[in-house]
Amino acid sequence: MIGSAVHTKGLCKVFGSVKALDGVSLDVDHGEIYGLIGPDASGKTTLFRILTTLMLPDSGIATVCGADVKEHYRKIRSLAGYMPGRFSLYPDLSVEENLNFFASLFGVRVSDNFDMIKPIYDQIAPFKDRRSANLSGGMKQKLALCCALIHRPEILFLDEPTTGVDAVSRCEFWDILGEIRRAGMPIVVSTPYMDEASRCDRLSLINGGKILETGTLDAILERNRIPMLAVRGENNYSTLQMLRGVDGVEEAFLFGEYIHVFARHTLDADELRKLPGILEVRQIKPDIEDVFIKIMGNGN
Amino acid sequence: MEIDEVITAENLTKRFGNFTAVDAISFHVKRGEIFGFLGANGAGKSTAMRMLCGLSLPTSGKAAVAGYDIATESEKVKRHIGYMSQRFSLYDELTVRQNISLFAGIYGLGRKEISERCDALARELDFSAQMDVPVSVLPLGQQQKLAFSVATIHRPEVVFLDEPTGGVDPITRRRFWELIYRTAESGTAVFVTTHYMDEAEYCRRVSIMVDGKIKAMGTPSELKKKFDAADMDEVFRRLARNAQRQ
Repeated sequence: MIGSAVHTKGLCKVFGSVKALDGVSLDVDHGEIYGLIGPDASGKTTLFRILTTLMLPDSGIATVCGADVKEHYRKIRSLAGYMPGRFSLYPDLSVEENLNFFASLFGVRVSDNFDMIKPIYDQIAPFKDRRSANLSGGMKQKLALCCALIHRPEILFLDEPTTGVDAVSRCEFWDILGEIRRAGMPIVVSTPYMDEASRCDRLSLINGGKILETGTLDAILERNRIPMLAVRGENNYSTLQMLRGVDGVEEAFLFGEYIHVFARHTLDADELRKLPGILEVRQIKPDIEDVFIKIMGNGN
Repeated sequence: MEIDEVITAENLTKRFGNFTAVDAISFHVKRGEIFGFLGANGAGKSTAMRMLCGLSLPTSGKAAVAGYDIATESEKVKRHIGYMSQRFSLYDELTVRQNISLFAGIYGLGRKEISERCDALARELDFSAQMDVPVSVLPLGQQQKLAFSVATIHRPEVVFLDEPTGGVDPITRRRFWELIYRTAESGTAVFVTTHYMDEAEYCRRVSIMVDGKIKAMGTPSELKKKFDAADMDEVFRRLARNAQRQ
């Protein structure tokens, strides 16, 4: 295999007054899980639609497994597996009927490629006669993944497969993706959950149609070593209001049971400890969500 | 009438045929409390929430919301609660002002009151320039703030939030929680479901449902101690992993 699994350069797409993609350049290597991490309306879905040839870019170039999205769209449609975010299953069809239907769209029989999906399908097989509308969130996602894999694609595009799915099912789903990657298939996957960054080989943080950062999670954290404190107060909401008035505090946000404080160099942790209602102050390393907040704030 | 406990549920149960969706849950929520209602997909959260909102009758057990019985006084319940979900809350094609007026009208506010609330919200939410644009053109974060504000425009005793923060960026998500805190401080209880476990930490108390039953309840620090877990994510996973339901 030569070149990247996905290559884009200066990709732009405008809808009316909204720049959905504003110069997106990225390269996905063969055999890696590549995460696109960002909130709703950051451009993730538009990028997927362009890469799966459902939409043309206004400018810039994009290739999938070497095939140009404009010139060779037919080729991409047969070699890509795509699991869209909102709609990917027919709710009135049963589990088995959905799978058969998607196989027939690609001109294959389920039995031909059953080895591709067996470990995943076995988990939902007990419900094969159930209408997909009546599956739980986690089950729906497993079925949709089977439908995207049944034609034995060379690359997998998954648009927010874990949105609205509970924490346990999310974890199981990522375990499955790890298995698929081990079999050599590159996966491009988007998510609004920052904690899923740790499950990607490499990732891009995306917001407002722009890539903010790209790299391995460790490399991104290393590049963004922001001085940061975690503070816990008797009442975090009133502590938060107070902290925002403290000289040396650039920004402060609720963060689980703590408040994360982006500190200027002038901020003295010992001074903070003396403030009323403060129970704990400690230095921390920023995590990916802190980094996202920081970079997003810089862009505004 | 000022009451201290705005939700009381005693053995609240809902069966569909031979399937017990909600299995004898009991809990209390206090005035101004932020109560996190967690559970895996299919654990029975939505069914429980529908009963508490007066939209579905319990099979057995009872509950009172804002002092009214959910089975016999469901219309009164509906007037004293607010409800917001991620999916449906606002009318996209109506303007900000029209949405506020519509919901305020539904909740029975008078004409003068409605116009006062419109002005107050425009100020508080910094919406003055956008009062007459359709909601669909607002960024998602603004829509969420507005949806929350119309759900609480009648100063209800309790507001139900069903995964209110899905999909937004981390800054918007945190600003939204500050709005929740502010509302709780004014005395409205907040009953909230979420899949973000860091948000469970923002709640004063949390309950975790597994297979229709409440398996754990307490403050986040109590639960972490009880399950010897570093964070709420770990507490949740320990409990939800044992779920039988699919």
